[in-house]
Amino acid sequence: MTNPILALKDARLTLAGNAGPVDILRGITLDVARGETLGLIGPSGSGKSSLLMLMGGLERATSGEVAALGHDLTAMDEDALARFRRDNMGVVFQSFHLIPTMTALENVAVPLELAGMADAFTRAEAELTGVGLGSRLDHYPSQLSGGEQQRVALARAVAPRPKILLADEPTGNLDGANGTAIMDLLFGLRDLHEATLIMVTHSPELAARCSRVVHLADGAIAPQKAPQKQAATA
Amino acid sequence: MSLALSFRLARRELRGGLRGFRIFLACLTLGVAAIAAVGMTRSAIENGLSGQGAVLLGGDAQMTFTYRTASTAERAFMAKFATQISEIIEFRSMAVVGEDRALTQVKAVDSAYPLVGSVVLDPAIALDAALAGDATRPGAVMDRVLVDRMGLKPGDSFVLGTQAFRLGAVLVTEPDSATGGFGLGPRTLVLTEGLKDSGLIGTGSLFESQYRLTLPPGTDMEALKNRAEDAFRDTGLRWSDSRRATPGISRFVDRIGSFLVLVGLAGLAVGGVGVSAAVRAYLEGKTATIATLKTLGATGRVIFQTYLIQIGILTALGVGLGLILGAATPLLLAPLLKSALPFPVDFALYPAPLLEAAFYGTVTAFLFTLWPLARTQSVRAAALYRGGDGQKGKPTLTHWLALAVLGALLVGGAVALSGVPMLAAWSAVGVVAALALLWLTAFGLRRLARRAARSKIMRGRVALRLALAAIGGPRDEAAAVILSLGLGLSVLAAVGQIDANLRAAIDRDLPAVAPSYFFVDIQNDQIDGFMKRTTEDPDVTRVDNAPMLRGVLTRINGVDARKVAGDHWVLHGDRGVTYAAELPPETTVTAGTFWPRDYAGPPQISFARKEAEEIGLKLGDLLTVNILGRDIEAKLTSLREVDFSKAGMGFVMMLNPGAIAGAPHTFIATVYARERAEAALLRDLAKSYPNITAIRVRDAIDRVTEALSAIATATAWAAAATLITGFVVLIGAAAAGEGARVYEAAVLKTLGASRARILASFALRAALTGGAAGVVAIGAGGLSGWAVMRFVMELPYVFEPVSAIAIVVGGVLATLLAGMAFAWRPLAARPARVLRSQD
Repeated sequence: MTNPILALKDARLTLAGNAGPVDILRGITLDVARGETLGLIGPSGSGKSSLLMLMGGLERATSGEVAALGHDLTAMDEDALARFRRDNMGVVFQSFHLIPTMTALENVAVPLELAGMADAFTRAEAELTGVGLGSRLDHYPSQLSGGEQQRVALARAVAPRPKILLADEPTGNLDGANGTAIMDLLFGLRDLHEATLIMVTHSPELAARCSRVVHLADGAIAPQKAPQKQAATA
Repeated sequence: MSLALSFRLARRELRGGLRGFRIFLACLTLGVAAIAAVGMTRSAIENGLSGQGAVLLGGDAQMTFTYRTASTAERAFMAKFATQISEIIEFRSMAVVGEDRALTQVKAVDSAYPLVGSVVLDPAIALDAALAGDATRPGAVMDRVLVDRMGLKPGDSFVLGTQAFRLGAVLVTEPDSATGGFGLGPRTLVLTEGLKDSGLIGTGSLFESQYRLTLPPGTDMEALKNRAEDAFRDTGLRWSDSRRATPGISRFVDRIGSFLVLVGLAGLAVGGVGVSAAVRAYLEGKTATIATLKTLGATGRVIFQTYLIQIGILTALGVGLGLILGAATPLLLAPLLKSALPFPVDFALYPAPLLEAAFYGTVTAFLFTLWPLARTQSVRAAALYRGGDGQKGKPTLTHWLALAVLGALLVGGAVALSGVPMLAAWSAVGVVAALALLWLTAFGLRRLARRAARSKIMRGRVALRLALAAIGGPRDEAAAVILSLGLGLSVLAAVGQIDANLRAAIDRDLPAVAPSYFFVDIQNDQIDGFMKRTTEDPDVTRVDNAPMLRGVLTRINGVDARKVAGDHWVLHGDRGVTYAAELPPETTVTAGTFWPRDYAGPPQISFARKEAEEIGLKLGDLLTVNILGRDIEAKLTSLREVDFSKAGMGFVMMLNPGAIAGAPHTFIATVYARERAEAALLRDLAKSYPNITAIRVRDAIDRVTEALSAIATATAWAAAATLITGFVVLIGAAAAGEGARVYEAAVLKTLGASRARILASFALRAALTGGAAGVVAIGAGGLSGWAVMRFVMELPYVFEPVSAIAIVVGGVLATLLAGMAFAWRPLAARPARVLRSQD
């Protein structure tokens, strides 16, 4: 693959556990192309979320290479990683991770403010209106339902127009109807802003909406069962 | 049934250890320890004073007279009951060596002195030998301060009045030094017979005679005191005995002790805020457990009891630890305190102050935990599952009643136990008002922060907006910080304002209006010469003089004055009395008429207006004043305005000349002179009139300032203990909020915030809450300072900005320090680990 947006080469992650070091990821080599939608799938404990964290610079690889947009993430310090995410990445979590002391509008405005955008709040308001929360701008996270909270998180992730969108089981805490609505929103926003999407999921059905699926098992990429090339908007 | 179940549940809950209760225990322990330590020290001093009463007094009992020695009847009374009698004469004089002169407090003793204890001299010779003198000079011993100041050594001469003395030795300690009261000069000890040619002890001289008595064992002191007072009170007798040998010190220790206990109670209130915050945080952490218990069928009553029992056990632990710490600290510091205090201190385990501290601690703990406990009882299980936002239960009427009873117990206890009921009651009002003000501030700050965080001005200022959003957000960290730190700083601010104002009143304001010198013991035949010398001096701006006698107000309309006026200060021993033919200049009569210049009728008296009102005197009353053993009954015909604050001449009682002019008396004079003329004036007057004693007002002011400094220091230490408790609460709040900040930092890092930006946001948040606490403290401290100066000290109040600014800066720094101490983990944590642990 020429000029991938994300490139991992023999990336390993070992964490200290009570019974000694635990190998979470065992030499992942993977390239992600620009505009691709990639589904990471595998059983619990297979290392999907950890791989996503490595890609986002939220976790540091024990060894190997992790590059995004041609920049070596393993060589950056915490602040450089934070700035890189600010300028290039959006992250959506299973548990939403909104800041409880801030309203929905403020939560969405934060990354825009961090990027120094003068019209952060106007954009944030537009973004929230776009996800159907124009009437809940001044509500705190505790005053919103799970589905609403995840919509705020989505708006926050896409507001700075990131080149890479990382989603860690974005529907894991939601019921079926809310989950489907969020997935539609996620893929719709990805298409609108032409971002590269990497999504962790348990669900083969959700993974099937991606242009490529990578299976993980026991911290390594499992052999591809069959190519599942589908339209990203399917 | 439900109680047994609650006990079992409480026991299981507490098996988890005390992790969530460290701040609870620290606050309670510190508060109880401070009160116990102050109480223990007070008891140690009181016991020391009463145990050593006879030594301190210099005998089992003492009879004191002013301006005269005992009459034949009085001597006969003493001889009848005492096994030994020692006569002591005390007065102020000037010690002179060549041109050098210094004020000294002279104590003239007989050969029986001291009846109890012993005098320590340097070199270590017997007192008899030191006072023996030589063929031409009687002997004397002198305090080292005076010896050094005058450049004397044993064997050298100095003069008192017109008599030369030989310095026999340096006076190191006298056993009865603590009973002397507030002496203006260092001590000189001589034999009374050595003074007979000094010209210092004559009729009308300002001296005091004390008769120390040794009584047979088993003497009923109270009965003897009553007999003596019944027989001689009207002639000016003052009685003291070994049960309360040093009423001045005892009263001082009582007052200071009570005051410090009140400051300690303010500290406990600060701790109460911490206790309340700790319990609230603990119960919030138990939301899931409580919800589960309720789902499984536990009633609100069982839940309430379960956590009340836990609080009870922890309160017992905290109070117990506080008592151990409070009892041990004075015992450990005993050697240090014993050497620092100028009177005997008997350190031991005193149960009364410990019980008092335990009472305050227990009531405070329940008072401050009942609210969060009550809220737990009335919440619904379903609401609890929605997290912290579900805790909206309101206390019931029973809870409100319990809170009122606990509050009344605490305030009532302080009023009853402190010994200063009015001050205690007002302090309670002050603490409650300060807490209310602080709560309002916290509420206002949160509202303001919430609005500001959303305002357009803040957009783009990420760190500041994050800080404001955190203060104004649904978490309630700011309130605990503002309440605890604010109350601690308020106490400190009040102490700072009072101290600064008192110093200003003495240091800056007083000398501007006060005379340079007081001259006492000016004889009748000296007053004209004295006035000529002083008034003709171009550098003397003003001279006032007045005849001076001492008298005791014994009866009002024929009734014992104490029964009419109670414990008013005018009745504490004898007071200065003067006479005048006409109203002195700059004196205003506020009621009645001053006698005419040539008045020659029955005695009339003019009284100071304020004191007359306090005692309840009215024009036409018949007042009996005992002067030199003679009763003078005078009719109150006028009231005068007397200002005692300017250190000039002020007499509570003034009589018409015909009433007392015949009695032997001396004159007192105040001289207002430019500083350059002071030395020459003093030299000339001392040479012409060696018996006259000059008291430099500046020196007297220095002595008062020293005493005030000691009080201010003690209070500042007590206030510091309050502040330490506040700081513990602050650390508790910072620690309790650490988890939230770790999470917040992880999310912000994910969104692209640098560590510097996150740190700046944390620092701004701390500075804003600390600053708010500081600003309120200045207001509350200023208000308390004004109230104390205006109503207790009766002095003007001026806001003192230096300590006030220090308070705000201190508040900001303290919160910054606590905030930054808990910023490391949020900044260092990897976002992935933090966020995944929440999934």
